[in-house]
Amino acid sequence: MTQVNAPNAGPVDYQEVQAREDFQELRRTHRSFVFPMTAFFLIWYIAFVITAAFFPDVMAIPVWGNINLGLVLGLAQFLTTFVITGLYVWFSNSKMDPKSSAIRLELEARGAGLPEEDKH
Amino acid sequence: MNSLFPASSIEAGLTPLATAAAEAGSDVGSPLANISIFLVFVGVTLFFVIRASKNTSTAADYYAGGRSFSGTQNGTAIAGDYLSAASFLGIVGAIAIYGYDGFLYSIGFLVAWLIALLLVAELMRNTGKFTMADVLSFRLRQQPVRIAAAISTLAVCLFYLLAQMAGAGALVALLLGIESGLGQSLIIAVVGSLMIFYVFIGGMKGTTWVQIIKATLLIAGSAVMTIWVLALYGFNFSELLGSAVENTGEAALLEPGLQYGADLFTKLDFMSLGIALVLGTAALPHVLIRFYTVPTAKDARKSVVVAIALIGAFYLFTLVLGYGAAALLDTETILAAPGGQNSAAPLLAYELGGTFLLGFIAAVAFATILAVVAGLTITASASFAHDVYAQVIKKGKIDSAGEVKAAKMTVIVVGILAILGGIGAQGQNVAFLVALAFAVAASANLPTILYSLFWKRFTTRGALWSMYGGLGSALLLIAFSPVVWGRDTSFFPEIDLALYPLTNPGLVSIPLAFLLGWIGSMTSKVSEDPAKQAEMEIRSLTGVGAEKAAEH
Repeated sequence: MTQVNAPNAGPVDYQEVQAREDFQELRRTHRSFVFPMTAFFLIWYIAFVITAAFFPDVMAIPVWGNINLGLVLGLAQFLTTFVITGLYVWFSNSKMDPKSSAIRLELEARGAGLPEEDKH
Repeated sequence: MNSLFPASSIEAGLTPLATAAAEAGSDVGSPLANISIFLVFVGVTLFFVIRASKNTSTAADYYAGGRSFSGTQNGTAIAGDYLSAASFLGIVGAIAIYGYDGFLYSIGFLVAWLIALLLVAELMRNTGKFTMADVLSFRLRQQPVRIAAAISTLAVCLFYLLAQMAGAGALVALLLGIESGLGQSLIIAVVGSLMIFYVFIGGMKGTTWVQIIKATLLIAGSAVMTIWVLALYGFNFSELLGSAVENTGEAALLEPGLQYGADLFTKLDFMSLGIALVLGTAALPHVLIRFYTVPTAKDARKSVVVAIALIGAFYLFTLVLGYGAAALLDTETILAAPGGQNSAAPLLAYELGGTFLLGFIAAVAFATILAVVAGLTITASASFAHDVYAQVIKKGKIDSAGEVKAAKMTVIVVGILAILGGIGAQGQNVAFLVALAFAVAASANLPTILYSLFWKRFTTRGALWSMYGGLGSALLLIAFSPVVWGRDTSFFPEIDLALYPLTNPGLVSIPLAFLLGWIGSMTSKVSEDPAKQAEMEIRSLTGVGAEKAAEH
């Protein structure tokens, strides 16, 4: 078995590809989605936890019947998790996949990343 | 309230319930029914494991199930791996007794998956082969980084495994009505041996099937109970809540504070736990290794989406079941039952569906422990055989068959350690181990994973400082915490050497590990190979050269 990170003596100069505008564009697209989303859900979660720990009276405010604000905000955490998941799938399928597979197919056509000998 | 975090205590905190079981015995349900249903589960999973073993010859088969699972299958297996006894018995019980605080705890377990989805799953799938260390050592110095990653992987697996095994004896004892210490030790040995057999012959494929079957049973069983409970209240959730408050006589059941609200330290402790859960989940080695069982990064994405849907639905069920238990059962009965609050879910099952439903839920609880320990064992064995033995000791000069052989030997060793540890931990308060496993994953693993994927200037020194610093500080803080010193539940209740006031190290050790990774890199005199960084970044985002599915 070869080392996982054995120096790639392959036909592709990765640094050259890395500097290319299409790869930089892919990288920008990726980061401009995942970083803000991560920041958003972490801040929202931590704010929720701080409210629950230090301001329980706020959570006890009744909303409807026996359902209080704490329950509504807790369920909203579930909802935002599902919504962000859905948004990410939409984003990946429509914005990331076409760009990333174009670069992958091109590099593979040039012989990059051929499987090492022990794949079977 | 013998524990600050009862939900995490179920895994280990079942220990007190063993003693309670000795006094009370199992007065509901029939051990015979419980055993029979469990044996059916063992029979069905054995069939899948033996079938899987026929296709397990290479390292890619053994560690990664030939990378041939679909995203949906893998997502279900992730849910099976992740929803441990703490999630099921622990959270239902915590909501039944403490109300809102139990619910609060479940939210962290779900939200955590967004880190896996957005930042980790696909990029790890694209760059790695079998283990977390493959990714972390990709563009840094191979040997030291791989060893550090393997040490932290083994530490997390061992803590988690020990907690599961200690819980296994007590849980099985409770549900089967076995009271003696010797009998429980015997059961731990049986559960451990069964697990060794599954993992030894079935590898990742066998383990995955056990997890898929268990997740299906667990989620289906709790869905049925949820609908049942809601139907009793005309599908009016508000009415169920009202009835829970009325039945328990606890007006604060619907607001935060019953469990974590005592003082500043319990509040900070809860925050520490919450942060460790959210940042630790995506860095748990037994979660990470699951991303290599699918053929492409797109399937890894689908896995996490399916896992989020199943795990999210499951925690919504536990909300109904917890308040349902509060509304339908007598709090005194729950606390007096063997297992205390952890018995809320089984008692609710008995209340609703009698002996059969209780037997079913009990069998699912056994299955849960079996599936989770199997997942941990295959992860530990992959890490030792692939990272330590094949890559470091043998310097990569070993063939696939040799690596599988080493992995199988490791399974036996890890299995025996788990059995001995589980027997030794009986009667000890090892509840903190699960929370510690999350905190170590968040401190020792996550910073290095994120830095090496997203930060060009990250260096070997930064990785080593962050991993050893995160692991070391988490262990040190626990060693000088109330877990060990000065409380009734501590190992040394009489002596108070608790310099760190919280029972979870995350609040300090996680930021520290991020900081160490940054300082270590900024002060590093050698810079890393920019060509490897370029290759890793391109691979992670495009999937060029990613490991393909094995063909059979």
